[in-house]
Amino acid sequence: MTTVASESYFQQNARQIQGGIKVSSEDVNVYYSEKHALKHVNLGINANEVTALIGPSGCGKSTYLRCLNRMNDLIEGARVTGKILLDGQDIYDRELDVVQLRARVGMVFQKPNPFPKSIFDNVAYGPRIHGLASTQSELEEIVLTSLEKAGLYNEVKDRMTEPGTGLSGGQQQRLCIARAIAVSPEVILMDEPCSALDPIATAKVEELIDELRENYTIVIVTHSMQQAARVSQRTAFFHLGDLIEYGDTEQIFTNPQHKLTQGYITGRFG
Amino acid sequence: MTDTQMAQAVPMTGIAEKVGAHLKRRHAAEQRFKAYGIASIILAVTFLAVLMTSIIGRGASAFVQSEMQLTVSFDGSVIDPDGTHTRAVLNAADYAALVRTSITSLFPETVDNRAAKRELMSLVSTGAEEVIRKMVINDPTLIGQTRTLWVPVAASVDQMIKGHMSRSAENGGQFSDRQLGWIDAMTAKGLIKTHFNTWLWTQGDSRQPELAGLWGAVVGSFFSLVITLLLSFPLGVATAIYLEEFAGENRWTDLIEVNINNLAAVPSIVFGLLALEMFLNVFGLPRSAPFVGGLALTLVSLPTIIIASRVALKAVPPWIREAALGLGASRLQMVIHHVLPLAMPGILTGTIIGMARAVGESAPLLMIGMVAFIVDIPATPMDPSTALPVQIYLWAASPERAFVERTSAAIIVLLLFLTCMNAGAIYLRKKFERRW
Repeated sequence: MTTVASESYFQQNARQIQGGIKVSSEDVNVYYSEKHALKHVNLGINANEVTALIGPSGCGKSTYLRCLNRMNDLIEGARVTGKILLDGQDIYDRELDVVQLRARVGMVFQKPNPFPKSIFDNVAYGPRIHGLASTQSELEEIVLTSLEKAGLYNEVKDRMTEPGTGLSGGQQQRLCIARAIAVSPEVILMDEPCSALDPIATAKVEELIDELRENYTIVIVTHSMQQAARVSQRTAFFHLGDLIEYGDTEQIFTNPQHKLTQGYITGRFG
Repeated sequence: MTDTQMAQAVPMTGIAEKVGAHLKRRHAAEQRFKAYGIASIILAVTFLAVLMTSIIGRGASAFVQSEMQLTVSFDGSVIDPDGTHTRAVLNAADYAALVRTSITSLFPETVDNRAAKRELMSLVSTGAEEVIRKMVINDPTLIGQTRTLWVPVAASVDQMIKGHMSRSAENGGQFSDRQLGWIDAMTAKGLIKTHFNTWLWTQGDSRQPELAGLWGAVVGSFFSLVITLLLSFPLGVATAIYLEEFAGENRWTDLIEVNINNLAAVPSIVFGLLALEMFLNVFGLPRSAPFVGGLALTLVSLPTIIIASRVALKAVPPWIREAALGLGASRLQMVIHHVLPLAMPGILTGTIIGMARAVGESAPLLMIGMVAFIVDIPATPMDPSTALPVQIYLWAASPERAFVERTSAAIIVLLLFLTCMNAGAIYLRKKFERRW
């Protein structure tokens, strides 16, 4: 296998839209059959920032996250109204292919979920199905670069053919991040990515999130307020399906405007 | 309630005693349950042991066969007086005469005694003529030469030698003292010996037990099963994938699901009737053909395969699907690349259960005519044939004593067949099994 020679692939594909709004939501509602899970959410997510979604269990933050790459489509009886625009394009447009959307909006899940395949195949899967590499050496380069970006390359370089499921929990989660960025998405959604990890693995992933911000727009759902404070630039607080407050992380944590936000971040409920 | 209040309300010692008393009951219940389990396993193993000993005890002797050594001179004036060597002449020649000449030469006292000659001839199977006929047809240059060959003895002689039939006439023996004398004389001279029963493994069915073989049924079963596997595996798996991964939940899919579950419980003879009506009467496919048998058995095994495959697909953890879809895989890619490989062990288990049901099935095959008396070994799936379970049924219904052991032998072969299939399935399952 070749070593990582250049970053050209990622340089070509990195879409740097400094400061602009990457994803905007207009009056988004989600219903699970009868249940109104997310109510009239208006939210703009900035490019190249980490936006944290916080709130007590069942508040709708994961529901909102899963709207952004239409993972809610998979849930029987789920219905989404309103508009979600990715670079100004409605992702719920009938014309839009959900496969294409998910190539642009990647996802990292709560539980590390590598495929029961080799480490290499895990990372190579996305580029393979999207036809991102025309030759084996191109594919190898994408895989190695992705692993390097996910900070995993040095730990796994000698065991690329071993199963991804044999790694430790933290390594598995970073493998999943490498797998997500191998497709070179614009937005990465993370659904409580550290909740199954120990503090050391968590620190590594958080560090990684901070590095990735340079090239990607990141939305992260977390139950840990410290984590939200550490990694995010913007924070949105949800409660019972409503977006209660949204603003700069610093402001949310030091000077919350809403009573509920204040109660939650000071640990009085939730 | 605070801790102190709690302690006052229920004294600790009381709790410990209650738990202790309850614990005894729990242990007793566990011990009882264990005992039930062990008892049922012992019972099951006993039944299995009885079954196996009775089948093997009865059937093992069918794998050997008494044969008689004859020195036959291939007399040209008997076989082919005109020397034409045409197949028709060779086929129709009086080979019984050669056998008669050969066997009477062993006992010269019978030469001028027609009754004795007939009695002597009844000791050797008519298969002897077949053996000689085949030899001559395969190699006409044998005419004029003399060869020593082993031919099967009559079934009754074989049974007596194996001890399944009594020697003495008082106890139901079939032989006169004269015949017994000949048999003993030949045995003493080493002219009657038991050999491995090649007829059982190479021949089709026959009215003569000593000539009857299983090979026709084995080939018939094999063809049927290949057809069944080729049809029911892809159809069943595709149906399961569609229902589990693609079809939404609505009234139609519910209806289909209920129907498939019911089909799994339908008596197989009903599928036989369906096959008779559809495949034979409507489509006009040939009667007794393993191809049609395979179609009928496909109907029998499909519901089992579909249900097992759906369960296996359902058991694949949802996060595998999410991971694939989250990367932008289409539903089909998700299924083919991730879900199906993980479900494969379960699907194969279900398939083998379905196939095992199919291989032991006789009722649907009776309906489509695979119960006919067929001597020839089928060369293609369209040739008439029987199948192993049907052959067992046919032999079990035959009155000759020699068919009793052959029935058990056929059961042993069927069980071996099943064991091989299961072993293959276990191998495949292990091969596909992946941890996650």
